[in-house]
Amino acid sequence: MTLQHRITQITRDPNLSPKQKSNFLALEAEASLPYMALSDAVTEAKESGIICDMFEGNAPFKPRYVLPDYAKFLQNGSEYLELSPVQDLDEALNALTIIYHHVPSVTNIPVYLGQLDDILLPFCQGLDPETIYRKLKLFWIMLDRTLPDAFMHVNIGPTDNIVCRTILRVDAELKQIAPNLTFMYDPQITPDELLQIAASNICECSKPHIANYPLHANSFDEKGFGIVSCYNSLPLAGGANTLVRINLKEVALKASSVDDFFNQVLPHYCQLTYELIEARAKFLHEESNFFNSFLVKEGLIEESRFAPMFGIYGMAEAVNILLGTPSNHYGHNAAANELGHKISKALDAIVKSTPVKYGYHGLALLHSQGGMNVDKDVTPGVRIPYGTEPNPIVHIQALAEHHQYYTSGISDILTIDETVKANPLAMMQLCKGALSLGFREFSANVASNDLIRVTGYMIKLSDIASFKQAGSRTNTTWLGAEAAVNTKILERQPRVIAHEQSPTHAK
Amino acid sequence: MVRVATVNQIIPFSCVDGPGSRLVIFLQGCNFNCKNCHNPHTIDMCDSCGDCVATCPVGALSLSLSEVTEAVITKPRVLWDSDKCTQCDTCLSTCPKQSSPKTRQYSVPQMLELIRSQVHFINGITVSGGEATLQLPFIIELFQAIKASPDLKHLSCMIDSNGYLSESGWEQVMPYLDGAMIDLKSWQQHTHHYITGRDNHRVFISLKLLAAEGKLYEIRLLYIPRVSDFDNEINAVAGYLSQLPASVRVKLNAFQHHGVTGEARQWGTCSEQQMQQLAAQLSQRGVRNLVLPNVYL
Repeated sequence: MTLQHRITQITRDPNLSPKQKSNFLALEAEASLPYMALSDAVTEAKESGIICDMFEGNAPFKPRYVLPDYAKFLQNGSEYLELSPVQDLDEALNALTIIYHHVPSVTNIPVYLGQLDDILLPFCQGLDPETIYRKLKLFWIMLDRTLPDAFMHVNIGPTDNIVCRTILRVDAELKQIAPNLTFMYDPQITPDELLQIAASNICECSKPHIANYPLHANSFDEKGFGIVSCYNSLPLAGGANTLVRINLKEVALKASSVDDFFNQVLPHYCQLTYELIEARAKFLHEESNFFNSFLVKEGLIEESRFAPMFGIYGMAEAVNILLGTPSNHYGHNAAANELGHKISKALDAIVKSTPVKYGYHGLALLHSQGGMNVDKDVTPGVRIPYGTEPNPIVHIQALAEHHQYYTSGISDILTIDETVKANPLAMMQLCKGALSLGFREFSANVASNDLIRVTGYMIKLSDIASFKQAGSRTNTTWLGAEAAVNTKILERQPRVIAHEQSPTHAK
Repeated sequence: MVRVATVNQIIPFSCVDGPGSRLVIFLQGCNFNCKNCHNPHTIDMCDSCGDCVATCPVGALSLSLSEVTEAVITKPRVLWDSDKCTQCDTCLSTCPKQSSPKTRQYSVPQMLELIRSQVHFINGITVSGGEATLQLPFIIELFQAIKASPDLKHLSCMIDSNGYLSESGWEQVMPYLDGAMIDLKSWQQHTHHYITGRDNHRVFISLKLLAAEGKLYEIRLLYIPRVSDFDNEINAVAGYLSQLPASVRVKLNAFQHHGVTGEARQWGTCSEQQMQQLAAQLSQRGVRNLVLPNVYL
């Protein structure tokens, strides 16, 4: 198809809004530029689907993910945006509304909205709970309607405070796909009662997902971190300059044996991945002029706090291929699980010993990548393939060992039988169990909820149903609709109990 | 002698067998013979007749040799290899007693080890069945051990039962019991007898005793339209239920065909609408704490 033909199609698409058309047109324009110079080996690995640049574009003029220091912004105001330091909650919400439109990302919509309870709490002194509730609810509706993208992500917790509680209340009430929400849990700080509210919310609307705060905090420096987009943990006041991922399934197919995989093939493709990372980061940092922006000049982000994410996926298939076993072996068999852990450990060693020019303390960050709508017959990250999941506890036990290695994020999505809705205490206990075994994040979908999680973002099943006829005002719906067809997300097995126990329990 | 229980199945994470998440131990064997049983293969103990061995398509079943030890001759037993088993359930349909050969023996220490491996994920354990209380000495020993273990004593210990256990049986387990879920299969004696093969005097005695001790967590009514008599006896049933302590959950279950064999297969299932109607009749008559199914399959 010629460029002109594609552009014609986009401009005339009956299901896209003008803004969505503009985005797609911009992508086409960027894609018409020549790619950065790469060696033949990298180009070949890229074209054969072994390494993938996540369609970030041929000339990366903005980082993939940006995490501004919003506390500093509220405190100082912004010369560029002509805003004075914030005095009260109204001004804070107004200032945030403004700056969000100036925070770029791969999606053109901010993927990080801030640790909202921490940054808003100072402006809530003296306000009664009902006022805070009304203001936050309007703010929440505004976010969903004006920044329609479920990669947009809010953090709350681990402390118990009125803003945190109000956000949980509003989020469960509105059941919007956006913003995505992470609740930080620290067993030393977070009361059980608050975690229980979060767990009950999951039963209501599959949000928030729950992060193991001490584990994340220990992975970053005292300046802090944020969780953005779909389960990406990154340095605060920094972000990810790029994400390149490697398809472990394809790598395993190139290996003649397990030893060959570890000694030759995996290191080789990791090296090619690094070459692509370096080329992309170099363009962003040296040619795009992004780091001349007001975000840098006003100290809201620092260039040295950006790191490339070294992503992996297809672990399940890689293990099954290397062991020559049936396709449902991974996740169910001790030897298969251990080989998986060994691969993660090897990747960790490579990433921790390979310097990059533009990295966090000179390094990339290892990431278990949550999949894309185009992935066929390959499982996201280190997850257990859809439809073959064991019961939630075996599931968690099989994967917990991986979590220590994936500094910039790892996730699995447990799909829980809807009987849990009548028993949110069970959801909380499952979450606590997972975090105590070393899970970085706990995410669960409850079967039968309309709002569900795809890879990392949220969609409504009812939106998918109507999408084909009517399009959607939400940018991520089409991803979900495509993923539903290509990646079998809807085939995830709800597991909790054997069928004979449900719905009746008679002897 | 080491006390062992015959276990049909263990579910490590259940949301429907008591408060919170629970490890549920389904013990083999039942003293009721309900026409509507959803798990008829849990009723009888396997007598190792061996009929199932020949029909297993993957060779997961075998007969052990007779053992002769100091004047004791044991007869061969059916052995089940769970690794080979594909859960095709051919054995269940072969068995002349509809019994499952896929059971396993657990001693109390083995069971404690299993519970320890899941302890972070659960709020407690529930013994169910079959009819759990047929293996009461095992349950008592297990609960006692849990309550005496510093790392396990926070787990609540519940029994899910048909309520046929004798008063003295309940009294023995009471010190270690946190709560019980009891099925009331129908109101009238003759209906109860028709469904289960037993009368329900002892069920009412169990309910009374557990309620008085504050250990009746839940009473379960399985509504089978035109078979169980809760609707015809609505005034008496509602009067009885509203006398129970307010904390007791009254769980209404809707009869479905899953797993059911024999004549109960011809009975009509309970629709959501019929369930709602029964619930409305009960709550109009002052029954609180009603819990309805959230799935009608």
